Amino acid sequence: MAQISLGWLDYSIMAIYVGFVIGIGYALKKYMKSSSDYFLSGRSIPAWITGLAFMSANLGALELVGMAASGAKYGMATCHFYWLGAIPAMVFLAVFMMPFYYGSKARSVPEYLKMRFDERTRCFNSLTFAVMTVFASGISMNALAKLLSSLLNFKMSFAIGPFVLTDYDAYLWICSGVVLLYVLKGGLTSAIYTEVLQFFMIVMGFAPVVYLGLKDVGGWDTMTHALSSVAQNPASLNIKEAGTTYASNAWTSVCQPLISGASGNPMGVDIFAMMFGLCFVLGFGYWCTNFLVIQRAMAAKNMTSARRTPLIAAVPKMFLPLLVILPGMIAASLAFTAKDGYRLPPVLIKSEASAVAAVQVVQTATLDQPAAVTAVKKAIGLKMDDVKVAALLTAQAARPLPETEIRARLQDAVAENDYDGVILSLVKKYCPMGLLGLALTALLASFMSGMAGNVTAFNTVWTYDLYQAYIAKDKSDAHYMTMGRCITVIGILLSIACAYFARNYSNAMDVIQLVFGFVNAPLFATFLLGMFWKRTTSHGAFFGLVGGTLTSALFHACTLPAGCVPGIKGGYLAAVKYFPSEMAQNFWLASFAFLACFALTVVISLMTKRTKSDTELTGLVYSLTPKLKDGDEKWYLRPAVLGTVLLAVCIVLNIIFF
Amino acid sequence: MGLDLRWPIGLMFSLVGALLLVNGLLTGPSAKALGINVNLWWGLVLLVFGLLMAFSAWRSRRN
Repeated sequence: MAQISLGWLDYSIMAIYVGFVIGIGYALKKYMKSSSDYFLSGRSIPAWITGLAFMSANLGALELVGMAASGAKYGMATCHFYWLGAIPAMVFLAVFMMPFYYGSKARSVPEYLKMRFDERTRCFNSLTFAVMTVFASGISMNALAKLLSSLLNFKMSFAIGPFVLTDYDAYLWICSGVVLLYVLKGGLTSAIYTEVLQFFMIVMGFAPVVYLGLKDVGGWDTMTHALSSVAQNPASLNIKEAGTTYASNAWTSVCQPLISGASGNPMGVDIFAMMFGLCFVLGFGYWCTNFLVIQRAMAAKNMTSARRTPLIAAVPKMFLPLLVILPGMIAASLAFTAKDGYRLPPVLIKSEASAVAAVQVVQTATLDQPAAVTAVKKAIGLKMDDVKVAALLTAQAARPLPETEIRARLQDAVAENDYDGVILSLVKKYCPMGLLGLALTALLASFMSGMAGNVTAFNTVWTYDLYQAYIAKDKSDAHYMTMGRCITVIGILLSIACAYFARNYSNAMDVIQLVFGFVNAPLFATFLLGMFWKRTTSHGAFFGLVGGTLTSALFHACTLPAGCVPGIKGGYLAAVKYFPSEMAQNFWLASFAFLACFALTVVISLMTKRTKSDTELTGLVYSLTPKLKDGDEKWYLRPAVLGTVLLAVCIVLNIIFF
Repeated sequence: MGLDLRWPIGLMFSLVGALLLVNGLLTGPSAKALGINVNLWWGLVLLVFGLLMAFSAWRSRRN
């Protein structure tokens, strides 16, 4: 990513934000009297705050960057990650599942599993969750430090003993330090408050960029017109291989490209994989079982607020595509019209490769051209535009060019898009000093609150589900509170370690994320059966979950996305089935894992004896729990009614953009 | 929790909004932002949002 020069005003806005989040931490410190205040916010937060935090905890910076990227790469169908993948699950959580999470007084999702089943399932879930949160926050901080060191002008490098400190280290430690300061003081409440602040920062920071972009491209109709041309020839923007073509609405309608089958849309996903894999398995699996988001609802002040939390979250979630996906679509249409020379940001050539290639250009310019072009491309190692490389060689042969110009033209000839740079390229293009600071602070805020959210979920699960359960039972509340503070520091240090790990071993990181994908895919089946079928036994739950995890690993080992070699992408046992894209493989994997876990849990449950009686399961299972009376609320404020309205609005959105 | 979140949100956005507004007044329209004085207008929006938040916090404290 190219550098951006920031002015005094931009730095001031960042400093004001950092000042306020630390201030919030300090202001909350005096309310932290017990471990319940620290880990659960004393169950005292109003619904609008938990609702916004619920949504915002998931809206990490990687998601912001990734959604804009998908908007450019896949177009409007990306909205399904919000409309299909989140809204139905949020409504289901509010109406059906929240009464058990909140009503059981479980302090965490793993603790619910212990109450419903037994220690094994809890232990499995809390261990994987704890490790996953640390890695997630490490990945996020690594991305932040990398981003800042490539964006900002400040460079440093000095040696202390065997270590060389660079600007990357400085950003990593400073940002983690800020997070540590406010989470240490204010616990979960700090994290929740800053998530709400982050939500408003994102809206305020990105809205003007979207407005300016849309105005510049010539309005909605001009944008869709340009995108229909992109759909017919995506190779013109290097989005797909030359010769690929789609129906003209592939980028601009939400459902039709999916209905026309996996080959009719750039995601390579059909409508069934989308509905079952993304919406039902992945969406419900994430929103209904992930403690990171559910912890926010558990902090609500009463049952009504807890059930309203996901419903309130669903409202902004539904309209978020306007802020996060639309920029990607704007960028693709701007690039198509090549307005003011705009193009999708190309992948940056590594500086060593660039130096080697520049020498290559000088040496081979006068030789046989096709061979020289191939040699230069090989030195760079990315897809290149042959015509541009040949033109560069011709120019060099005619008259020797300065090295900086050769390098710049080589960079320009790269024909591979860096989609993750899309959102920043727009920010850079439209934002003057001031607005630039606002947009970058929004990004910074979502990176930091991503870390804070993960660390608070981590310290709760560690303290209640691992430390209190297995290491030190029956200690005083003050003891667990001290433990919570210590583990916050340790959690942040572990995240930093993971950030370095992610920086140095990105392949190992992919493997780790893959493994967590295996664990998460079947999880929803366990919860679904546990909450709604009293016959589910603890053996059934545990072995079903393990079996589901193994199924996803096996499924991955036997399938491969088209055009990939066996390895990290799958197929290392045998490539039995090829999927049109990685996304399709992922959706089908989740579906299979879910079904396997579901079937295994049912079968094993029927074969084994129940270990918990009906009375023990009261408040944990649907059929054994007295119905909640929401008679004292006005009828239109009842969760079921609100949920229905939300689903209806979601359907209307799908019809409008059908 | 004892701290009303509307205070920090209100104060922060008022402050940032005011800064942007003043900067917009001093520097005028920006060529980058299609000739719109985006700092001025967006600063105004932030300022109004911030003041509304702070106002609602102040009102609920009085009650």
